[in-house]
Amino acid sequence: MPVSQANSRVVYDALKKCGIGLVSALPETWLVHLIRMAEDDPEMILVRLAKEEEGVGISAGAHFAGVKSAMLMQNHGFLASINGIVSFAQLYRIPLLMLISYRGHFGERDPWQTQGGSVTEPLLRALGIQYSFLDDPAKVEKQIAEAQTLAAASLHPVALLLTRQLMWEEPA
Amino acid sequence: MMQRLECLRAVYPQLEDCLVVTIMGAVAAELQSLGHRPNFFYLQHAMGLASSTGLGLALCLPQQKVVVFDGDGSVLMNLGGLTTLARYRPKNLVHVVFDNESLLSVGGFPTATSTGSNIEAVARAAGVPHAKTVTAVPDFAAAFGEAVKANDLTCIVAKVEALGPKAYVTDLALLENRFQFKRYVEKLKS
Repeated sequence: MPVSQANSRVVYDALKKCGIGLVSALPETWLVHLIRMAEDDPEMILVRLAKEEEGVGISAGAHFAGVKSAMLMQNHGFLASINGIVSFAQLYRIPLLMLISYRGHFGERDPWQTQGGSVTEPLLRALGIQYSFLDDPAKVEKQIAEAQTLAAASLHPVALLLTRQLMWEEPA
Repeated sequence: MMQRLECLRAVYPQLEDCLVVTIMGAVAAELQSLGHRPNFFYLQHAMGLASSTGLGLALCLPQQKVVVFDGDGSVLMNLGGLTTLARYRPKNLVHVVFDNESLLSVGGFPTATSTGSNIEAVARAAGVPHAKTVTAVPDFAAAFGEAVKANDLTCIVAKVEALGPKAYVTDLALLENRFQFKRYVEKLKS
């Protein structure tokens, strides 16, 4: 599978380094290595979801409990989570660190992913969620740490978009 | 038929040492009418996510008993969440579902439990190890007492009348509740 194991490791290690103790996830192709890393890590609480919106509640519970968390999902999972993001995380000032695989952007071959790609950034902007792109492994650790810092300080969701450049190794 | 307020009254003293998460609407207003405590968090929107919040708390604080007061309308919006609860089977979580077979706060429109959908059966089929339906207050109080003492995930479906409080908005601001609850949990940990 041409999903980058090395860059998944960079992302996972960065999450660990900024103290993430719980990860909620719904599998998608680009996330498989990250989810396996969480599964193999005895220090990490991994919650596999039926639908991504559950992750908002789980992250809220973790926040109340004093545990830093991250949500791993596809951009379609972000779309599926929007009510939870608005009517829980934003209404109640709950920090969320969302790592969203940015499917349906340049280079996407799966026709079924393409519509979600075109609305991901407009929706993040409409929701007032600050976001950045993870595309260079050399910068990932700093970017994840800074996103986590902003989420905690603002008590608001923040998003990091996992890009094809970072996650996919096959030449286009 | 039993009333939700009487159910809550019957178990209220047992909530003192639990972290309590409720859904919006009648459950939140009625529990507050019995007396707010800093260990109660009322999720006044995001229907379906009270049980997910309880799961997050229970997994992160395994020594702490967590109680979720849910409702049929909310559970029906997150049936998949029952499978997630069952999958992780937190031993410290009690999931109460008040089933009045309606979306009461918006005018009492009937939910699918009024036409035969059975939440206890759904919970069991999802893999929740202990699930029970009760229809009388003493039975509810007994089932709740057992569930709080039990060292396993339990779902109690309480069939209640479609009756609510006169008003749903209370004096407690959402954010005040949220920060107070967080402070309470922080103190527990220290």
